[in-house]
Order: sequence, then structure tokens, then C-alpha cells
Amino acid sequence: MNRKAKFIAGGLVIIAALGYLVYAGVSQSSVYFVTPGELQAAPVAGKAYRLGGMVQPGTLKWQPKSLDLTFALSDGQASVPVRHKGAPPDLFAEGRGAVVEGTWSGDGYFKASLIMAKHSEEYKAPHEPSQSGYKELLKTLRGDSRDETRTR
Amino acid sequence: MIPEFGYAASVAGLLLAVYGSAAAAVGAHTGRPKLLESSEWAATGVWVFVTGCMLLMVYAFLTFDFSVRYVAVNTNRGTPFYYRITALWGALEGSIILWTWMLALYTLIVVRKYRRRQPEFYPWVLAVMLGIAAFFLLVMTIPAPPFERLSPVPPDGRGLNPLLEDSGMITHPVALYLGFTGFTVPFAFAMAALIIGRTGDEWISITRRWTIIAWYFLSLGLLIGGWWSYHVLGWGGYWAWDPVENAAFMPWLTGTALLHSVMIQERRRMLKLWNITLIIATFGLTIFGTFLTRSGIIGSVHAFTQGSIGQFFLAFLALVLLGAFSLLAWRLDRLKAQGELDSILSRESAFLLNNLFLVAAAFTVFFGTIFPLLSEAVRGVKVSVGAPFFNLVNIPIFLALLFLMGVGPLIAWRRASADNLRRNFLKPVAAGVVAAAVLRLLGVGNALVLLCMGLVVFVTGTIVLDFFRAARARRRSGDGWRAATMGLLLHQNRRYGGFVVHLGILVVALGVAGSQAWSVQTEATIDKGQSVELAGYTVRFDGLEASEESNHGKVTGTFTVSNGGGPLTVLYPAKKFYPQEQTPIAAVDYRLGFLQDLYLVLGDFGQDGSHATIKVQVNRMVSWLWIGGLILTLGAALAILPDEKRPA
Repeated sequence: MNRKAKFIAGGLVIIAALGYLVYAGVSQSSVYFVTPGELQAAPVAGKAYRLGGMVQPGTLKWQPKSLDLTFALSDGQASVPVRHKGAPPDLFAEGRGAVVEGTWSGDGYFKASLIMAKHSEEYKAPHEPSQSGYKELLKTLRGDSRDETRTR
Repeated sequence: MIPEFGYAASVAGLLLAVYGSAAAAVGAHTGRPKLLESSEWAATGVWVFVTGCMLLMVYAFLTFDFSVRYVAVNTNRGTPFYYRITALWGALEGSIILWTWMLALYTLIVVRKYRRRQPEFYPWVLAVMLGIAAFFLLVMTIPAPPFERLSPVPPDGRGLNPLLEDSGMITHPVALYLGFTGFTVPFAFAMAALIIGRTGDEWISITRRWTIIAWYFLSLGLLIGGWWSYHVLGWGGYWAWDPVENAAFMPWLTGTALLHSVMIQERRRMLKLWNITLIIATFGLTIFGTFLTRSGIIGSVHAFTQGSIGQFFLAFLALVLLGAFSLLAWRLDRLKAQGELDSILSRESAFLLNNLFLVAAAFTVFFGTIFPLLSEAVRGVKVSVGAPFFNLVNIPIFLALLFLMGVGPLIAWRRASADNLRRNFLKPVAAGVVAAAVLRLLGVGNALVLLCMGLVVFVTGTIVLDFFRAARARRRSGDGWRAATMGLLLHQNRRYGGFVVHLGILVVALGVAGSQAWSVQTEATIDKGQSVELAGYTVRFDGLEASEESNHGKVTGTFTVSNGGGPLTVLYPAKKFYPQEQTPIAAVDYRLGFLQDLYLVLGDFGQDGSHATIKVQVNRMVSWLWIGGLILTLGAALAILPDEKRPA
């Protein structure tokens, strides 16, 4: 084998190894985006999901002593009960959008390991410049790269 | 009046940029100096008008001119003075002004610096840079006009996003954008090189320092962004593989590859095609990053839309790539390598591997970031890969890069002899192995951490060895140790500046490994007078206090921290209540340390002040990231010093 062929072969081995890493990474850490309706239709216990919806009013319960946070995420039709250990994150409230990451427990609830609260559609500015400007304000808010907070 | 003036200034800037770009190109092509001269005036005009836009906007912020929608959205009467200035880049439209202004500034410097020195490159460089400036001015005019009027004029504004009221937000975007726009200079020179057919090393040696400057600011921007995330967002981390972070990280990776691969071209006349491809990729990624974060396509998984700005950036990106690669294809015959690889054990191949891994890292980050789009397009399922993917894939790549960081600078060019290898690497390898063994005996069980720390010691060993030998050689010619050290740093500033940057990266690597492996946290709700314990610290809750700040209300907790030896400090994590937000925002408090930070987040509290939910984190070695950043700054400063200082 001449020198050039050796280099190409070496490069291919490295690229194959990297390709395998990517493949392994994807299969180990895929998180499926679902709505409450999609999750209720076909829940798979133990699979990683990212569930997005609105925190259903009247369902948010926070027990400081045990750090138990429970609420239901809804998409208007279906609703999924969610449990999380830890204080509610910033920007998290009833009637607002939230995305949770975790797994389906198999016992009828979603076990969230990460809550991402979003600035909600329901947002109202206290000094709202004008009614027509409201949607625009929202847009600008979304333009900010960091309009979510994380809690683990 | 400000909206009208501002709009007029951006339109005037746009017209001048378009004219200047065309005039420079035509002037260069037809050899008419008058035309070229007029394009220089156009470049100055662009800078003046963009500066005008910026000053007008700052003035509007300082005078609370809420007839400008951008001002009304990003400030209110309670916003503190400094944040009223930095609110300029608090959201999309203003950031575009800042970006365009920096680009115009770089263009002006290029005009001043190269009009006489590089008469052949310079007109085309000017044409490319003004063309890019024209695009940003177009964005300022059509899809994201910063001076949009708000009518009727509201009595007060909405206020800056509270998360942006932080010192990190003053410097982070500035550093990041100086980095992003900085890569325009080498890109423009590369394009000019293709156009005039001088595809040798000239564009590389002219832009070497520009590339380092851009790279340095990008690095600084990333680190300050990490610091902001760490001390503002309250999750105790500094990097989340968020698409926004990835967008800035990708050009950093390809830019780093470029900084290394140009050395191979200078020395061995190889990789000409590759270097041009790398600068195109780096510049393209700065545009792609803006597209990614501003178009909302990634957020689209949960329905964010941003109007037409995404389409503008995508179209521009397509234009840039098409143009650049067409030029490349046209000049392909002039980009043949003159040297070739002699051996796998050579500096060339170490650098080649370095490039392969850096580009692979950029590719995997790219792949992971756009994965939700890919999976939706291909399989119809929305799937994302999160931090575990990026960590799994990138940790081996970065460990390999650490290893190469030790090998590359010392291994011989062309073909390393057994003697060269023994002489340069025996001691550092031994040091690395011994260090890993000692850490293992001290109880470090994590194999990746051991490997990382062993590699860091190995690389440090190679740097110390090389520096020591070079200093000793200088001493033989009569210098004292101090003079020898300074002489090396100042006169061989390119090599040793690079080494200092490497040391900074090593310190950052230790910080990343240590913080990922050893940080611990707990969360608990405690009554007044009760304590939480974590890692030898006792955190006692002493009470709550409410206060009224200039633009928000605040509930502050008092927590007394002690360790075995008695009281240590008092920390005040708080919750801030901004009128423009419906829910409070946590303000963390921390005690930074060399080996560990104590970090408190107030989660929730009883309305009567009787109890509080507190998250306590002991974050290990996070400070090393910031210290590494300082070392990196020093190294980059050395590397930027002019080459001319080198003695004959």
C-alpha cells in the first residue's frame, strides 16, 4: 500500500469511528417531542419525551416540605399529569406554556426531570403601549435568545 | 423625529454601501482610480451613517423616546442608566445596528491600513466588505427596522428583559459580535485572493492577526456568555448546548481549525484549498448562526415565528456560499498543493488530525443542532438530541484534541525520528501518566476525568519543556533568566503567545472536567433557623426581607453559611418581581472559590417568611473557566503583537 492510500485509509477509520459516535449518540439521547394528545395516544414507559403544553389552571400543586410539584399539561383536548421534584422554576405558572423533559412512568403520570418555562401567549404588559402593539411585543420577547429558564 | 432620522440614515447607509461595493469592484476591474477613491468615501459614509443610527438610538434610550417602538419595548422609566445604553443591543433590531457598526468600523480600518500596502487585494476586499455591510443595512431597512414608530406614544415602556440587566450583558454581545464580524476581514481577503488569482500565502499572512483578533473575541464572548448563564440563569451551569450557544461555538471550532491549518500552508505550501474552504465555512457559520437563532426554525418545534428576517439571512447565506464556492471552483487549478505528506509521524499530520477533529466537532454540533429539523423532514417525527448527545460525541473528540495539542507544536516537520520523539515526549508522557496515577490513588475514580487531567499534565509538560529549552538557549547567548523569558514571549510572540493560549485552554478544560464530575447539589424547604447541609457546608435560613428597587420589587433571603470551623459568610439569594413579568425571577448569590463555589438559589418562600425552598450547589472548579479565559487573553494579546518585533 502506498503512502497516500495509507493516509486515506487512516482518515476513513477515524471518520467511521466518529460516525459511530454520532450514531450511538443519537440512539442514546433521542428525545421525542410530543403534545399531551400524542403522548396519551401511545405512551411508551421509559422512553425520553419532551412534552409541551399549557399548565392547566387549577392543577398546579406545590408542596414545599416534600418538594413535590404536580400539575397537568394540556393541549386543549388531552391532558397529562406531570410530577417533578423541586421548586417551580421562574416564569412557571398556571395558564402559561411549559415544556417538560422526562419519561412516562407507566403509572399514569409523566415524570419530569427538567422543566422549561416559556414566556406565555397569555402575556400582558402592565404598561401596554397599545393593543395592536401587543403581538409585536411578544415577537420581540421571542427574539431574545434566552427567554426560557431551566431547572433541573 | 428620531424614527425618521434613523430610517433615513439607514437607507442612506444602504445606498452608499451598494454604490461603494460596486464602485470598488468596477474601479478595480477597469483600473479607474477615481472610482476606487469614491468607494473609499462611500465606506467612510457608511460608517458615519451607521454611527449616526447608533447615536440616535442611544439618544432615544437616554431621553425615553417611546415613539420608537424598540425603545418602548426594551426600556422603561425605571431602567438604570447603564442598561439604557446597553439596551441598544438588548434585542434583535438593535443588535443588528451594533453588528453593522462593527462591520463598518472594520471596513474603515481596512481602508486606512491597506489602500497603499495592498493595492491589488484592497479594492476587492473593500467590495466584499461593503457588499456584506449592504446586506446588514438591508436587514436594518426592511425585515428588522430598529426605528419603527410606535403610535400612539405610550407613557412608559415595557422594560428590558430582566435577565439582561446584568454586567455580562454589557460585554458579552460586544465581544461576540466583534468576533463574528472580525471573520469578515479574512473572508474578504480570501475572496479577493481568488478574484485576482493570487491564491498563495499572501492573504493568509496579511490576515493572520485579524483571524486571531476575531478568534479571541469570539472565545471571550463564549466565556462571558458562560459566566452570564452561570450567575444569572440560576441553574448552576455555564453551557447547555442550547442552539444559541452552538451557533457561536461552530464558527469558533472552524476558526480554531483555520488558525492551525494556515501554519501548514505557510510552511509547506499545502492545504491551500482547505484553508479557503475553512474561512468560507467560518464566515458562513457566523451568518448561519444568526439565521438559526433569529429565524425561529429551531424553536419552531414549539412554534416561534420571527417574520421574514430568517428568509433574508438564509438567502444571503445561499448567495455567499454560492459566490464563494463558484470563485473557488474557478480558481481550482491554482490551489494545488506544492508539498505533500511524508509521514504520519510529522507535524503536518498532527495538524491535519487537529483540523479533522475540529471540523468533525463542528459538524457534530451542527448535526445535533439541526437534528429536530432533519428528523421531522426525514421521518416525520419531532426528535431532538440534547446535552447527552453533544457530550457523548464531543468528549472523545476534545480529549483527542488535547492530546494533539501536546504533540503538534513539538513534533518534527516532515518526519519525526525516534530520537525526536524520545527527546520531546518521553518526560511529558511520563509526567501525564504519573499525574493520572497519583490522582487515581487520591481517589479520583472517573476514568474520563483521569484521562483529561493526565492529558492536561502531558500538554503542560511539553510546553514547559519547550519553553525551558528555548530559554536555556537564550541564556547561553548571555541573557539572564528573566530577560530570556521576556525575550521569548515578546520576540517569538507568535509561538509562545500560542502556547500561553494553549495553557488557557488547558485550564478551561480542567474546569470543565472538574465541574462536570464533582459538582453536587441539594434542594430543601427549611423553616427559619433550620439548616441544610451539603459537602461540609451548613446553610442556615435566617429570614426574608422585602424591598423596592428602582424598577422591581425584591424578596431577599438571608442564609448564614458555616463549615466545621464556624461561620463563613452570609449569602443573600433573592427573587425579583418585575412589573412587566408575571412571575418572579431568581437572583442567585454565591461565594466563588478557587476550588469550589457555593451557590444558592431561592426557589420559593412562605408568604409569612416562615420557610424557604433553597437549592444549594457546590460547584467545583468552575472558577478555572474564568481564570483560563484570562490566561487566554494574555496569550492572544502576545500573539497579536506585530511580527516585525522579531529580531533579525
